[in-house]
Amino acid sequence: MRDVAIIGLGITKFGELWDKSFRQLTAEAGSKAIFDAGIGGKEIDAMYIGSMSSGRFIGQEHVGALVADASGFSHLHIPSTRVEGACASGGLAVREGYLSIASGMNDIVVVGGIEKMSDVGANAATEILMTASDQEWEAFFGATFPGIYAMIATKHMHDYGTTKEQLAQVAVKNHANGALNPNAQYQREIKLEQVLNTTTVAYPLGLLDCSPITDGAASIVLCAANKAKEYTDKPVKIIASGQASDTLSLHGRREICTLDSTVNAAKKAYKQANLSPKDIDLAEVHDCYTIAEICAIEDLGFVEKGQGGKAIENKITTLDGILPINTSGGLKAKGHPIGATGVAQIVEIALQLREEADKRQVNDAKIGLAQNVGGSGATCTVHIMEAI
Amino acid sequence: MENIGIVSYGSNIPRFRIKVEDIASVWGKDGASISKGLGIKEKSVPSIDQDTATISVEAARSALKRCSINPKEIGAIYIGSESHPYAVKPTGTIVGEAIGATPDLMVADYEFACKAGTAGIQSCTALVKANLIKYGLAIGADTSQAAPGDALEYTASAGGGAFIIGKENVIATINHTCSFTTDTPDFWRRAERKYPSHGERFTGAPAFFKHITNCATNIMKIADSKPEDYDYAIFHQPNGKFPIKVAKILGFSYDQIKQGLLVPYIGNTYSGATMIGLASILDVAKPDDRIFLTSYGSGAGSDGFDITVTEKIKDLKRENAPTVAQMIEDKEYIEYGTYAKYTDLLYWE
Repeated sequence: MRDVAIIGLGITKFGELWDKSFRQLTAEAGSKAIFDAGIGGKEIDAMYIGSMSSGRFIGQEHVGALVADASGFSHLHIPSTRVEGACASGGLAVREGYLSIASGMNDIVVVGGIEKMSDVGANAATEILMTASDQEWEAFFGATFPGIYAMIATKHMHDYGTTKEQLAQVAVKNHANGALNPNAQYQREIKLEQVLNTTTVAYPLGLLDCSPITDGAASIVLCAANKAKEYTDKPVKIIASGQASDTLSLHGRREICTLDSTVNAAKKAYKQANLSPKDIDLAEVHDCYTIAEICAIEDLGFVEKGQGGKAIENKITTLDGILPINTSGGLKAKGHPIGATGVAQIVEIALQLREEADKRQVNDAKIGLAQNVGGSGATCTVHIMEAI
Repeated sequence: MENIGIVSYGSNIPRFRIKVEDIASVWGKDGASISKGLGIKEKSVPSIDQDTATISVEAARSALKRCSINPKEIGAIYIGSESHPYAVKPTGTIVGEAIGATPDLMVADYEFACKAGTAGIQSCTALVKANLIKYGLAIGADTSQAAPGDALEYTASAGGGAFIIGKENVIATINHTCSFTTDTPDFWRRAERKYPSHGERFTGAPAFFKHITNCATNIMKIADSKPEDYDYAIFHQPNGKFPIKVAKILGFSYDQIKQGLLVPYIGNTYSGATMIGLASILDVAKPDDRIFLTSYGSGAGSDGFDITVTEKIKDLKRENAPTVAQMIEDKEYIEYGTYAKYTDLLYWE
């Protein structure tokens, strides 16, 4: 296996981008990453595109080739492949790009992630997102993702004494970080009372416990590590890539407060990197709902199972805490364009390791981790990165 | 522009009201939170015998009561609405006949979502300017529809305003008008459909806010004016939040918009909304008051007006017809069942 480095980063503004199409977003993020890497189209060996449901959101499938075309590369006939794993589509695309270079097949790969969600209404978006659940056992019976994560939350509250206030503090923290991120959908701080007093979506989750519907795209350029310095002075090495699966339905799980896909993907990643959770300086985790961040920091081994809520309350994960989590604002404040999220997490970690995160820069960040979850935990990718 | 403008005005608001909290309770929603979120307490409801034609007639009659115009001198009637009682057969002919303005009369019904009434003012202004008519009657009125359970049900209400446009005894001069129009499908109702559809949050930034801010900016450019030059401002009011927000974006204060901001008490009267807002201001206006108006119609477009009240307003017999404030106060609450009966929710095909 060859070492792989990130040499280019590109991301669009996240939000309700009424005046930008899928094509424009992907071209914008891709061209920023390619420009950042200083490469030309002819140097690209392959492209991998994470997109969850372009067919349902905008009526367009076959987006692997479309993204290459929109990027102006159709005449170069670059192999471009779409990767789908629900909300983990972006993380999977990064992993496919990583594997193709690590295997020796390719030297330079562009990875993109995109979702254009605001072309449909809220009801349609909820229905589309539920295609990531188990249709026969969950969706057909009326479950929605807020409901599924609410079940995880109530069980977590019951088993470990986690409180609604602790859940709310995740949103408060991530909005504080989002306020420092010029690409975030919500660049404003919110107060604990606001989170606690919003309309209940599915108890105990209120409106501000939930990540929003977002348009956006992100892109990275990967390169064989031994060639990375030819393109950039600040390559970021991907030192581990873990992936794991689990049951699609929540009720099929061994235990619903633990995402075994995260536990297993992390285990593989720590082993590959020869690191333990205490070696991680910062992480981007999949906070699609506030409870998801609490489970994530437990399942990644940063805190003991059941101690996630207390860790949030004790400010361990704030920007100036011991282990900053979701410095970008996370899915909650930065936004959650499904297919783009996993790639955007890598962009944030790489920016931090390159010390280019401006007002939200974490001091002495050397090793960062990104955890991207599909559905309620049926798919998970964990990537660990290091500044070199 | 020569001294062309409003000669008289009238409005009509049905007296039935339903509270937002009552609608919310039927659907198991948190009424207090919805009421606060939309900035609306209650909305007007038309009775079983009220429709756009009757509301238009009442508003037109009020306008005629306040002045001494012979209805036969009205040369054009344009009625803007998205709830004309007939798909084919004009509302304008009913109104023309009812007020005695027929038969030497240009008539057409207009539809441009919530701005069809102000489009009628523009047409009348142009015809008066061209000396093709002496007086024109522009009406914006609606008994707006909302599907049961839809977000629009909290706001869609009924009411209308009528303005007689001419160049004699002008009580408020229309100094400038312009429009800003694009094809933006934020809200629509297909033929044969009972209720409209909408693009949810798409109705905000790229629709309402984009068109109003552009139109308002253009009017101020044409008039070489600033927000502080105006005593009053009216913006289309689909809910209580949007007009306050757009006023703030443009640099208008709450004090400037409050007299014309009626949506918290009567809901969104669609084509009637900015028309009744303007009527409410004319109910209290003094000579030399300057009024800024920007309507918005989904689909989408905005009509902007720069208006100055003249000395003639003192001669207008404003007391001859009820003021908007009086009509807002003259109300009777109904519960959801009666509301359902009056608004024809209880139908089946």
